[in-house]
Amino acid sequence: MTEPRPIESLPVEPAPGDAPTVPPPLTKKERMGIDRVAMPEQDAGERATNFREVNLGLTEQLAILEAQRCLECPKPYCIDGCPVAVNIPRFIRLLRDGDLHAAAESLLDDNALPCVTGRVCPQENQCEGVCLRAKTGKSVAIGSLERYVADWAQAHLDELPVAHPTPNGKRVAIIGSGPAGLTAAGELVKKGYDVTIFEAFHAPGGVLIYGIPEFRLPKDIVGAEVDRLVEQGVKIEANAIIGKTYTLPELRERFDAMFIAVGAGLPVFMNVPGENYKGVYSANEYLTRVNLMGAWNADSDTPVLHGQRVVVVGGGNVAMDAVRTSKRLGASEATIVYRRSHDELPARAEEVHHAEQEGIRFEFLAAPLEVLGDDERWVTGIRVQRMELGEPDASGRRKPVPIEGSEFEIDADMVVVAIGTRSNPLLTATAPELEINPWGYIVTDEHGMTSMPGVFAGGDIVRGAATVILAMGDGKRSAASIDAWLRGDWPPAPAEPVATVAGRAAARATAAAGSAAG
Amino acid sequence: MHPILRNERLSPNVTRLVLEAPRIAEIRQPGQFVIVHLGRGAERIPLTIADGDAGAGTISLVIQSVGKSTADLVELQPGDAIADVAGPLGRPTELPDHGHAVCVGGGVGTAVILPIAQELHRRGVEVTTIIGGRSREWVILEDELAACGTVIACTDDGSYGRPGFVTEALADVIAAGGIDEVFAVGPVPMMRAVAEMTRPAGLKTTVSLNPVMVDGTGMCGGCRVTVHGETRYACVDGPEFDGHDVDFRELSDRLSTYRPFEQAAMERRACEIGLRTKPKAGATEEAAEPAQGVPA
Repeated sequence: MTEPRPIESLPVEPAPGDAPTVPPPLTKKERMGIDRVAMPEQDAGERATNFREVNLGLTEQLAILEAQRCLECPKPYCIDGCPVAVNIPRFIRLLRDGDLHAAAESLLDDNALPCVTGRVCPQENQCEGVCLRAKTGKSVAIGSLERYVADWAQAHLDELPVAHPTPNGKRVAIIGSGPAGLTAAGELVKKGYDVTIFEAFHAPGGVLIYGIPEFRLPKDIVGAEVDRLVEQGVKIEANAIIGKTYTLPELRERFDAMFIAVGAGLPVFMNVPGENYKGVYSANEYLTRVNLMGAWNADSDTPVLHGQRVVVVGGGNVAMDAVRTSKRLGASEATIVYRRSHDELPARAEEVHHAEQEGIRFEFLAAPLEVLGDDERWVTGIRVQRMELGEPDASGRRKPVPIEGSEFEIDADMVVVAIGTRSNPLLTATAPELEINPWGYIVTDEHGMTSMPGVFAGGDIVRGAATVILAMGDGKRSAASIDAWLRGDWPPAPAEPVATVAGRAAARATAAAGSAAG
Repeated sequence: MHPILRNERLSPNVTRLVLEAPRIAEIRQPGQFVIVHLGRGAERIPLTIADGDAGAGTISLVIQSVGKSTADLVELQPGDAIADVAGPLGRPTELPDHGHAVCVGGGVGTAVILPIAQELHRRGVEVTTIIGGRSREWVILEDELAACGTVIACTDDGSYGRPGFVTEALADVIAAGGIDEVFAVGPVPMMRAVAEMTRPAGLKTTVSLNPVMVDGTGMCGGCRVTVHGETRYACVDGPEFDGHDVDFRELSDRLSTYRPFEQAAMERRACEIGLRTKPKAGATEEAAEPAQGVPA
């Protein structure tokens, strides 16, 4: 996130209220002279007390100006850097030319959930990270532009054509309605498949609705993206827990192919004494109560504790979501406890920056030893040990090493554990022929197919806790594989070089993410 | 949507709802539960499946009105519907095929005991069921349980059946000998008392826990209980555990987490009902049934 700067300095400034202005072609030098646009945001002090979206979105004027900064590289690295391979230069060019219809169609063709990715992608590790302009200064604000075009599309859906391809008579089941499942559904329905998504919760969206908070990704926006898929013909069966309501083999018989995208839903706890005291939440539980169940809203029947002094353990996006949520629910002191230092935080840079702006405290180089409680077993604090950074470990990050005799206590009336998630055995337990690795994640081949023919898998249940966009990439690739499998075109043609590069970018992002939701 | 077909009051604050849920009716087993979500803004709450009819595509839920969410549910009448019913969840009860089992039900826990007693009876196990309530009107499901074997009904005030707590009746049944296994479901203090009673003889005792839960699939970890010194999730590892291994004190503590919220929600609800001047079903005037069967 760049610092805000006065708009007056911009070289092109159309009069407000004008119809889309098509600026005259600029020379490369002129384009290089435009400074990166700053995303307008809600004031930090004000937003820390409400659940409205932090980022306000670009105006048309700012979006078209930022689009001018794209150099239209002959070899666009940004596409390779995108796990769903969005044709970024194409939609940016159409936006720059003021043809928002075409820009929206272009974007929606590549990405089933652009309103989501425009908000939650770690662009700095992906498209923007490899943008040529980042080499000499600031990358094009691709995420902000994607969000602008996607929001425009959502507001003008009735003006955009809805493709109704000829049904091909083949039925595909998708298990899980998170980012991987929704993306696969969008891809498959476009090709004429009869797609049914099975969702365990009462509402679709997976981590997009139970995990990521309203202030980062409004639930109406997720709902509208899902509605668009339903309008295209995707069927959603809620309250269907695969492994309980139906077994996997049972479902396999009813469908021509399947895609498993159930995520890595089980919370990991610290395994320290006192962890079951009242007032200790997993991030999953805390965020689900607040987001999916709407406990931030007084009208909701679902209770959630409103901690005054809140400690959130962890340094990923989920930890940032939890700590910023607690601030909005009235915490006077909300603290991140993380065992490494600022530089190793796996969360997106923007989330950390926003948290800092909102007055979140960071206790770095501290690892929990024990949760403290009173006679009634309510949390009263957390005892931690000071760490120092040693040699890099397997993840490439410097390993935290305990400092003897450095224990200290932090007062807290609520503790949220956000140190990761693991696989849920509920589904795999009912499918003995489905190969899983020792950690319970599903094993797939290079095409995303599991050990069960015609059954594919992707997202966190294959790769372990990662990001929304990586899950979407898996959804898109698996949909292509399912299409190839059902057309009898198997094995599909070898993956294009693009996918390899995207794969490498994905691997980097996985290493950087460390934690889900984002 | 899951239409309500029948609403039947079993005791002053316990109601049986029969509703459509064909898939769950088809595959449910004793010990399993569902998560019920009445509609937008409602809480998700776990309820044990008390009975079912696969042919009719219906299940029964026996609900004790203890808070706003349960008070809303017990008011549902034929013609109303529940938006979401997810399940069946949890592991089915591990049941023996022979011998003599004692089933102990306290309060609404009697509804959880019913499908267990029915299945034991079907398998040819001799079943003695001990159920209890504060007074006669709090004793539920006696006829259904009588179809599975001997029933000993107890009331605290002696107004019906055997005077005293269920644990006292259990002590006598155990003393008479020949018991192979005990199943106990009810308020936490009752289950703890039963487990302590059977522990010296090493009599296998299964209890069914009903901790705070959101998703019911292992995702939230809210239902974690300590069993044999290890953290387990009641939703996926249970809800039934070996009563001798459960940390009942922790369970009881964790169950009190939202008590202040529940009181506030009930007050809000009473206020809203007053505003609507809707005739009240009477479910909320009664306090939750006190822990039954516990030696004071």
